[in-house]
Amino acid sequence: MKRTIAIAALASAALTLSGCELGPKQSVQNGHRGTGMDTVTLKKVAMAKDDVPAPPYESPSTEGPRAREVYQNVQVLGDVSEEQFTYTMAAITAWVAPEKGCNYCHNPENMASDEIYTKVAARKMLQMTRNINQNWTKHVATTGVTCWTCHRGNAIPANYWALPEPGTNGIIGNRHGQNQPLPASAYSSLPNASLALYLTGDPKTDKSIRVVSDGMHPTTANKLSVKETEPQYALMNHISTSLGVNCTFCHNAQAFKPWNISTPKRATAWYGLRMVRDINGQYISTLKDVFPAHRKGPMGDPFKVSCATCHQGKSKPMGGYKMAKDYPALWGSPTATPAAVPAAPAAAPAAPAEPAAPVAGAVTTATH
Amino acid sequence: MATYQNIFTQVQLRGHPEAGIDLPPGSEPRIGKGSFNHLMGIIGHAQIGPVYLGWTGVFALIFGFFAIEIIGLNMLASVNWNPIQFVRMLPWLSLEPPGPEYGFTPFVPLAKGGWWILAGFFLTTSIILWWIRTYTRARALGMGTHVAWAFASAIWLYLVLGFIRPFFMGSWAESVPFGIFPHLDWTAAFSIRYGNLFYNPFHAFSIAFLYGSTLLFAMHGATILAVGRYGGEREIEQITDRGTASERAALFWRWTMGFNATMESIHRWAWWFAVLTTLTGGIGILLTGTVVDNWYLWAQQHGYAPMYPDTGVIDPATLGSAGQ
Repeated sequence: MKRTIAIAALASAALTLSGCELGPKQSVQNGHRGTGMDTVTLKKVAMAKDDVPAPPYESPSTEGPRAREVYQNVQVLGDVSEEQFTYTMAAITAWVAPEKGCNYCHNPENMASDEIYTKVAARKMLQMTRNINQNWTKHVATTGVTCWTCHRGNAIPANYWALPEPGTNGIIGNRHGQNQPLPASAYSSLPNASLALYLTGDPKTDKSIRVVSDGMHPTTANKLSVKETEPQYALMNHISTSLGVNCTFCHNAQAFKPWNISTPKRATAWYGLRMVRDINGQYISTLKDVFPAHRKGPMGDPFKVSCATCHQGKSKPMGGYKMAKDYPALWGSPTATPAAVPAAPAAAPAAPAEPAAPVAGAVTTATH
Repeated sequence: MATYQNIFTQVQLRGHPEAGIDLPPGSEPRIGKGSFNHLMGIIGHAQIGPVYLGWTGVFALIFGFFAIEIIGLNMLASVNWNPIQFVRMLPWLSLEPPGPEYGFTPFVPLAKGGWWILAGFFLTTSIILWWIRTYTRARALGMGTHVAWAFASAIWLYLVLGFIRPFFMGSWAESVPFGIFPHLDWTAAFSIRYGNLFYNPFHAFSIAFLYGSTLLFAMHGATILAVGRYGGEREIEQITDRGTASERAALFWRWTMGFNATMESIHRWAWWFAVLTTLTGGIGILLTGTVVDNWYLWAQQHGYAPMYPDTGVIDPATLGSAGQ
C-alpha cells in the first residue's frame, strides 16, 4: 500500500512538473520595486539565436552609375549604384523566394516587365521598407527592417491576418466571433478578429485602442461598454504573445492607462501600432487589385501585418540583430523615382514634395 | 478514539428513517419515506429524504431546467451540434449577452442576445423561487431565516452583475456572459475598463471578507475536528452540558491568542463574513461605471493608491506627428 502511494505520488509529481519549464531562468527588473515588473527569460533557449542569413556577398561599392541609368523600369531602387542594386536583388531572392529564384517576380525574357504581379507587390514592399527605415525610427530605431524581418525565406510571411467573414445570423455554428482558442486571441475566449477593429490603417475603420476614462466619474466622453473593451484586451494579448513578454514589459499593472508610470517600451509599442496601421493602410491595402484571389483573405483583402509578422515571439525581432545595416539600398527615399515611371503605381505613398505624407495618415489616428 | 480522527465518517446509524416534526397545516406531503445511502453516509448523514419540494421547489426546478437548457443548447448549437466539440470546447463556449447597440431593451433577437435575456429570466425566477423555499421551509421547522438571508446576499451580487447594474448603465453589454472562460475574461475586461477594480474599496472589503471567511472556516473546522476525540462535534450535547471538548477548544484559543469565540458566536462571525462578501461585492460592482468610472483616479484622490516614481514617459499622442 505504501509503495503504491509512493509510486502514485512520484508519477503525479512527474506529470505535474512536465507542465513546467525547468530550465534556468533570468529575471530582470524593469520597473519600480514591489510592482511585479519583471521580465523572466530562459537563460538557454534551443532556438535563441535567430538564423539571420549572411549577405549574398561582400557589400559592393555605392559609387558608380545609378541603377535607373543601367536598367529599365527601376522605380524605387533607381537611386542606388548598379552594383548595390544587383547585390540587393540577390539578397531579396534569398529572403523571399529562395527556391523559385529571380523568376518568382521576373520574366527571365524581360526583367523590366511588370507582367508578374509579385514584381508589382515587391516594388510596393520596397517602398514600404524604405518608409519604415526612414520614417518610423521611433519604432525600429537604427536597427531598421529588411524583407527577411517578416518573410524569413517564405513568399508569404508566416504571421498575417485578413478581415473576418461576417458571422452567421442564427445560433447554429455561431460563436459571435469569439470563444475559440485561437492564437489571434491568445487562446482566450476574447474576440478573434480584434486586429480588424484596430489595425486596418483605414482611419474610418480603426477604433481607438484607449478604453479607460480620463476622469474619475462617468461622463458622456466614454460610453464604452465592457463588451467593447474585450477586443482591446484581445489586442493587448496579441502584442504580449507576439513579443513573448508580459503586460508589465510596458505597463505598471497598478494602472494601465497613465504614461508616467509606464516603461519607455510602451511608447515604442505605441509607434509600432501606428506603423502597423501605416503599413496596412498605405502599402498592403493598396495592393488589393494586384494580388490574385488565393493571396487574399475571405473578404478579398490582402494579407495584413500585425506585431507577430516581424516580432515572431521576440521583444526585438531576431533578438535585435542589426541586419539592415548591410543593405544601404533599403534606407533610401520611399518615394518612386520620378524619371522612369511608365505607369505610376496606383497609390504612391507620397509625392517627393511631401515626404511626411504617409506619416500624416498616421497623425489622423494619433489620438487613438 | 481513532474513530473521530478520520477524514470520513466511520459510524453510520441505521434504523427507522427519521421523519422529523409534523408539518404545519396547508403543507404539501413530503416525497418518499426516507432511505439510507452508504456513500453519502461517508461524507454526511446516511439518510436520504424524505424531501419537501412544494410548489416553489417544483417551479424552481422547472425554471432552472429551462435556463440550463437554453444555455447548454446555445453552446451546443454554436459548435454545430457536435457533441465531441461541445465537450472539447466547453470551457470556451458561451451564451453572450446582447451587444451595446440594443441598450437595455428586453426585445432583442434571440440569436443576438435574446436567448441570454431569456436564460437570465428563467435562472432568476428559479433562484428566487428557491429562495422562497429556503425561507418557508425554515419557518415550517420553527427555525430562524438565516439561511434565506445569507442566500439573498449571494442573489444580490448575482442580480447586480446581470440586471441591476446593466439597468442603471442602460446596456445589456455591461453584463456577464454565461460561460466558463468568457465570464473570467469579462472580469478582466471589467477591471481594465474601469481603471483597476483593486482600487474599488468595496471590492477590497469583499476580498477581506472572502479571505476572512476561509480563515474562519479553517479555524472553526479545525477546532471542532481537534476536539472530536472528546465528542466536540456533538453540538446538542455540548450545548446542554458544556463538557471537556468545548472547554478545551475555548482554552486553546485563549492560550493561543488571548481571546476565544463562543460556541454560538463563532457561527455569527462566520455568517456575517460570508454574507458581507457578496453584499459589499455587489455594492462595489454597482458603483462601478455608475458613480466611479476610473477607480485608480478615485484612489489617488482619496490617497490610497501608492504613488510610484515618474518614469518620464510621455503619451506620444500628445507629441504630434506619429512618425520620425
